[in-house]
Amino acid sequence: MLEIILRRLWQSIIVLLAVSLLVFVMVYVSGDPVELLAPPDATEVEVAQLRKALGLDKPLHVQYLQFLKHALHGNLGYSYVNNAPAVELIFERMPATFELAMMATIIAVIFGIPFGIIAAVNPKKIYSKAIMIGSLFGISFPTFWVGVMLILIFAVTLGWLPSSGRGETVKVFGIPWSFLTWDGIKHLILPSVTLAGYHLALIVRLVRAGMMEVLLQDYIKFAKIKGVSKKKIIFVHALKNIMIPVITIIGLNFGGILAFAVVTETIFAWPGMGKLVIDSIHLLDRPVVVAYLMIVAVIFVIINLLVDIAYTFLDPRIRLK
Amino acid sequence: MTAILEVKNLKTYFFTKKGIVKAVDDVSFEVYEKEILGIVGESGAGKSITGFSILKAIDPPGKIVDGHIYFHGDDLIPKSEEEMRKIRGNKISMVFQDPLTSLNPVFTIGYQIEEAIKVHNPHMSRDEIRERSIKLLKSVGIPSPEKRLKDYPHQFSGGMRQRVVIAIALANNPDLVIADEPTTALDVTIQAQVLNLMKRLSQEKGSSIILITHDMGVVAQMADRIAVMYAGKMVEIGPTEEIIFNPKHPYTIGLIRSIPKLSGRTDKRLYQIPGIMPSLLNLPPGCAFAPRCFCKTDICEKEMPEFEKVGENHYVRCFNFRRIADDRQSCKS
Repeated sequence: MLEIILRRLWQSIIVLLAVSLLVFVMVYVSGDPVELLAPPDATEVEVAQLRKALGLDKPLHVQYLQFLKHALHGNLGYSYVNNAPAVELIFERMPATFELAMMATIIAVIFGIPFGIIAAVNPKKIYSKAIMIGSLFGISFPTFWVGVMLILIFAVTLGWLPSSGRGETVKVFGIPWSFLTWDGIKHLILPSVTLAGYHLALIVRLVRAGMMEVLLQDYIKFAKIKGVSKKKIIFVHALKNIMIPVITIIGLNFGGILAFAVVTETIFAWPGMGKLVIDSIHLLDRPVVVAYLMIVAVIFVIINLLVDIAYTFLDPRIRLK
Repeated sequence: MTAILEVKNLKTYFFTKKGIVKAVDDVSFEVYEKEILGIVGESGAGKSITGFSILKAIDPPGKIVDGHIYFHGDDLIPKSEEEMRKIRGNKISMVFQDPLTSLNPVFTIGYQIEEAIKVHNPHMSRDEIRERSIKLLKSVGIPSPEKRLKDYPHQFSGGMRQRVVIAIALANNPDLVIADEPTTALDVTIQAQVLNLMKRLSQEKGSSIILITHDMGVVAQMADRIAVMYAGKMVEIGPTEEIIFNPKHPYTIGLIRSIPKLSGRTDKRLYQIPGIMPSLLNLPPGCAFAPRCFCKTDICEKEMPEFEKVGENHYVRCFNFRRIADDRQSCKS
C-alpha cells in the first residue's frame, strides 16, 4: 500500500506541474493587473515601478520558474490586493467551504443511496416513480435558482432558517467551525441542501440503475435460495457490488463542491473560498487565483487517491498497480 | 419408498405484454427419499422454472397460478415468504448452471459458505461455523480449505467454483437438492467429477436430487428415474432403464436417438428431431409435440392426451404410443 501511495505521489507531482503551467499561462494572458492596481492618476514611471516591484516586468518563463521556486518552499505568492500570502488567505476561508461541501455530500449520500434502492426494488410503485421524477428535477434545476427558492420559502416566507452568513462558530484547533453550534447548523442547512440537490439526484439515478442490473444477477438469486433475507441481499450482497461507480461520483462531487461552490456561496453570503476567488479574478489578483487552482488540483489528486484505495476494499478483483 | 416431495398439477405462468407464457403447465411428479430424479427436455421446456417453482423463487412477471407442492406432506404453496426463507438452503437447496455467476464476486467464499450456515443456525458459534465450512470444502474436494476460505470466487477455476456452490447447497444437509444443469458450463472431464461428487455426497447425506439437464447421457448415468418435459408439460416419466431402453413417447425416442455414439457406424448423420419447439405463447391446441411428431394422427392436433400407465412406474402422455411400439413403419402411413 505504501508503495502505491508513493507512486501516486510521483504521478501527482507531474499532474500538479502540468496544472501549474496551464494555469500560469492562462492567467498571464487574461489581463494586466498593473493597470487595475495602479491609481488612475499614476505616471508611467510609477506604473513601471509597480510592475517591477511585482516582478511582472520579467518574461513569462522567468516568472514561471520564479513561481516554481517559491512554490517548492510552500509559498504560492503574495496577494497584490491584500498584501498577504495567497495560501494563507485561502486556508483562512477553506474550513467554511470544506464544512459546506462535507455537509452537502453527507446529505446527498444518506438520502441518495436509500432513495435509489427504493426506486430500484419496486420500480412500478408510485413512490418509486415520484423519486425518479424528483431526481430529474434535481438534475435539471440550476443551483442558483434552487438556492433563491429555498431562501424565499424557508427564510423569507416561513422565517425558519437564516438566509446568509455562517452564524456562530466554535474554534477547534484554532479553526472556526459552524456545525458545532445550533446556530451554525441552522445557517448550514439551506446552502448545503442547495448544493446537495444535484448530487443527490445523480446518486439516486446511479444507485437505481446499478441496483436494477445487479438484482438480476445469478448470485442474487443464489443468495435468495440460500435463505438469505431480502433486506440482507439488497443491503449487503447487491449494494457492495454497485458501490464502485457511486464512490467515484461521490469523490468527484465532493471535490467539485469544494472547488466550485462559488455560486451558492455568493447567494448565501457564505464566507468561503469561492467568494475569495471570484473577487480575486475580478481584481486580476494572479497569485491568489493561481494558488487557489493549485490547491484545488491537490484536493482532487487526494480525493482520487482515496477513491482508488476504496475500490480495492470494495472489489477484490481490483488491485492497484 | 416414501415420497419427500409431491408436485401436483403445478402451473407457473409468465404474464408478459405479449400474452401468457405457460412455462409450467399442469406438471405432477414425486421425488422419493434418497433418489435422483432427472428432468430432461430442451431449452425452454420449463425444467428450470419447475425447479424454481418448488422453492417458490419465481420473480414477476412469473407466478405460480395453481397446484400444490407437498414437501414431507406439507403444502408449500400457502407458505409465507418468511416460512419459505427458512426452507430455502436449509431443507431444499439448489445448484445453478453457471458457477462463474452464482457466487458473489465481492465476497470471500468463506463469507458465502458461512452465511449459508449462519442464516439457518443463528445460535451456532463462529468457530463451529468455521469448522463446518472447512469440513464442507474438504468434502467437496477443495485442497487446503482453511486457506481458501479467504479467497474470492475469481481465484477459483470453474470446476472448483461449482464445488464451492455444491458445498453451499449441502451446507445444512438438505433433504432435497435441485441441480439446474449443474455441469453444462463445465469441461467434459470436470463434468464427470462434479456429477460423481454430487451423487456420492447426496448418498452420504441421504439427500434426494432433482437433476435438471438437457443431456440424456448425464441423466442416464446419474438418475434413478427420468421425467421428460416438452413445452411446459411432462410427457413421460419412468425408471431410467425403462426410459432409455424402452421409451414410449415419440419425443423421448427422438431425444435418445440424438445422443451421439462413438461406437458403431460413425459416418452416419446424427439424428435430429425435425422442427423446433413451438413458442409457449401460442401452443397448438392438441399435443404440443404433434407438429414435429413422426406418428401424429388427427386427434393429436385436437386434444391433449392424458397420462397412461405403460409399465411399473412408467407413464406416457401420447395417443399413439402403442402403434409406435408395435410397428414404427405404420406411423408413416
